[in-house]
Amino acid sequence: MSASSTPVLAAPNSTTEAERSQPVIAVRDVFKIYQMGTMEVRALRGVDLDVWPSEMLAIMGPSGSGKSTLMNIIGCLDVPTSGFYALDGVDVGGLNDDQLAEIRCHKLGFVFQNFNLLPRTSALANVELPLIYAGTSGRKRHDRAAEVLDLVGLGDRLDHKPNELSGGQQQRVAIARALVNRPALILADEPTGNLDTQTGIEIMELFQRLNQEQGIIIIFVTHDPETAEYCNRIVHIRDGLIEADVATN
Amino acid sequence: MKFIESIRIAMRALAANKLRSVLTMLGIIIGVGAVIALMSIGRGVEKFVTDRFTSLGSNLLFVVPGQLEAGHPGTGGRINPLTLEDMEVLGDRSQNPDVRAVSAEFFTDATISREGKDMQATVSAVTPSFSNVRNWPTVIGDFFTQEDFDERARVVTLGQDVYTELFEPDEHPVGQTVRINNMAFQVIGVMEERGGGPGGNEDASVFIPLTTAQDRLFKRKTVSGGYQVSVIYVSVMDSDRIQETQDEIAATLRARRGISYLDDDDFSIISQNDIISVFGEILGALTLFLGAIAGISLLVGGIGIMNIMLVSVTERTREIGLRKAVGAKRRDVLLQFLIEAVTLAVFGGIIGIILGIIGAKAVSNISDSFSAVVGVDAVLISLFFSMAVGLFFGIYPAVRASRLNPIDALRYE
Ligand SMILES: Nc1ncnc2c1ncn2[C@@H]1O[C@H](COP(=O)(O)OP(=O)(O)OP(=O)(O)O)[C@@H](O)[C@H]1O
Ligand SMILES: [Mg+2]
Repeated sequence: MSASSTPVLAAPNSTTEAERSQPVIAVRDVFKIYQMGTMEVRALRGVDLDVWPSEMLAIMGPSGSGKSTLMNIIGCLDVPTSGFYALDGVDVGGLNDDQLAEIRCHKLGFVFQNFNLLPRTSALANVELPLIYAGTSGRKRHDRAAEVLDLVGLGDRLDHKPNELSGGQQQRVAIARALVNRPALILADEPTGNLDTQTGIEIMELFQRLNQEQGIIIIFVTHDPETAEYCNRIVHIRDGLIEADVATN
Repeated sequence: MKFIESIRIAMRALAANKLRSVLTMLGIIIGVGAVIALMSIGRGVEKFVTDRFTSLGSNLLFVVPGQLEAGHPGTGGRINPLTLEDMEVLGDRSQNPDVRAVSAEFFTDATISREGKDMQATVSAVTPSFSNVRNWPTVIGDFFTQEDFDERARVVTLGQDVYTELFEPDEHPVGQTVRINNMAFQVIGVMEERGGGPGGNEDASVFIPLTTAQDRLFKRKTVSGGYQVSVIYVSVMDSDRIQETQDEIAATLRARRGISYLDDDDFSIISQNDIISVFGEILGALTLFLGAIAGISLLVGGIGIMNIMLVSVTERTREIGLRKAVGAKRRDVLLQFLIEAVTLAVFGGIIGIILGIIGAKAVSNISDSFSAVVGVDAVLISLFFSMAVGLFFGIYPAVRASRLNPIDALRYE
């Protein structure tokens, strides 16, 4: 494990860093069961997962194995049927809709396979969206959005609408949007799924840079072993269970 | 999130779909527009009528032949006309102490001509007291005298419209001759401008002695040889005693006309208040009718808005999901859609108000003497109801949008 948070609370004993600091994500025995009429779909069947600061983690597994389901739960977009999930030490299970929205706004960033940008809306306005809901307004909002777009390499495309941008550029806008509220982690469900290989590599390099330079936790889903090479830990899921959890590098 | 921000987002969404937004507003535009236009015209009519009657003075009573009251089917078809003698009896202070003065008028249409010009005008055949009782002075020359009346003199005082039509602006009319149905009359004066009256525009009239009219010009005397009149004007001494005077002259007339106590009056006495209250009733009915139109059109408009908002929520499910995913709370989404609905309704209302005012002004332009009155209260009430409709019909779609689960919404195809 490559946890490398700054040891501000470094205790003068022999425990490892991982034991001293607290996992950002703690998933315990999580089940997600969808009721389809009389049929039960058990998308997750008792998942345990800890994610530590500064990790870049890939989730892999066959289609239908529950990757997106797990991502949605980690992203506070969905709640588990049973089990425990704490984000930054906060038990998410006890929160209501609006409190979850608050967490999504300030702690999490999402990147989707199909970008999910607002159509007919400029890159800048798209990136401003999370700032609006965070209550940032006026000049500050504009400047922050422009700054983040610059960071992802789109400083000269602020006023372009999604249909005036390439797929890779659209995904960069989406990444800028995910970054804009300075989240602790970014969740990306198949972020390169709709992109060609070269563009995919560029996006993964951007993620890697964000992870290494800003210490943002990146969790992404991919089917592509080459894409997975950018991470330092791979979690394999099959039939709603974690099958393997391997550190790479 | 700030309220202003919600408004901005809503505006942008509406602007993105301009045609649809306008079509959605149509119900409210038409409803509010119709109500504002009709209400302004109604107010204008009311003002027009009350102005005309108040210019006559509140202490004037009109006596006309026949029964005007609703619920009285009349006197069997034949109306027993009023005569000059009736007027004289009413003017007798010993019988009717509350009466200050009386006058009578008989109208007919005739051709007035002078030096090749001619026009149709009303010939008002009146008594000498007319100018005084109607509180209507001359601006040039005089009204005819009792002497002229007794001698059946062929003298005429012109109404303003007749004067301007037949004479050049710098021409002095007094002493000139005009012809009424080809009979020569000497002009002795011109009346002040009135701009209309109870029987229409009285400026397009000429005033001659009743005697001259019925002995020389028209054969309109009654079978018994009396001078027939269309209306008797009774000026009341004390405007606090209108009702008493009304009763007084009714009794006098009944006695004179030999009406038994079982029978109804064969004449009507009308006061200014009667006329104003009749118009009040008409206006009340009109207002009720307009209220019904407004209610129905706002209801239809509101349903239209609700329908479009539901469609919009469905269409924008992914957008809602995305907004929630990046941190929008229920309240934010609710507000956004609610503001969209209210904006649609209020914009529709504003456009309706503007179109209504334009319509009312267009109607005003048809006539000089009439102008529509756009009430601030009508405008404010329209705005208020538009907003209320937007809120009422917008709340359900907005609540639906705000309750959407972000995951389901994002996955929505
Ligand atoms: N809303 C839902 N209702 C019912 N079943 C669902 C729902 N969402 C997911 N499932 C089921 O849960 C299982 C896991 O789905 P999930 O989307 O997590 O798979 P995945 O690993 O992301 O697959 P893919 O690689 O194809 O995206 C699948 O069998 C799916 O059919
Ligand atoms: Mg998936």
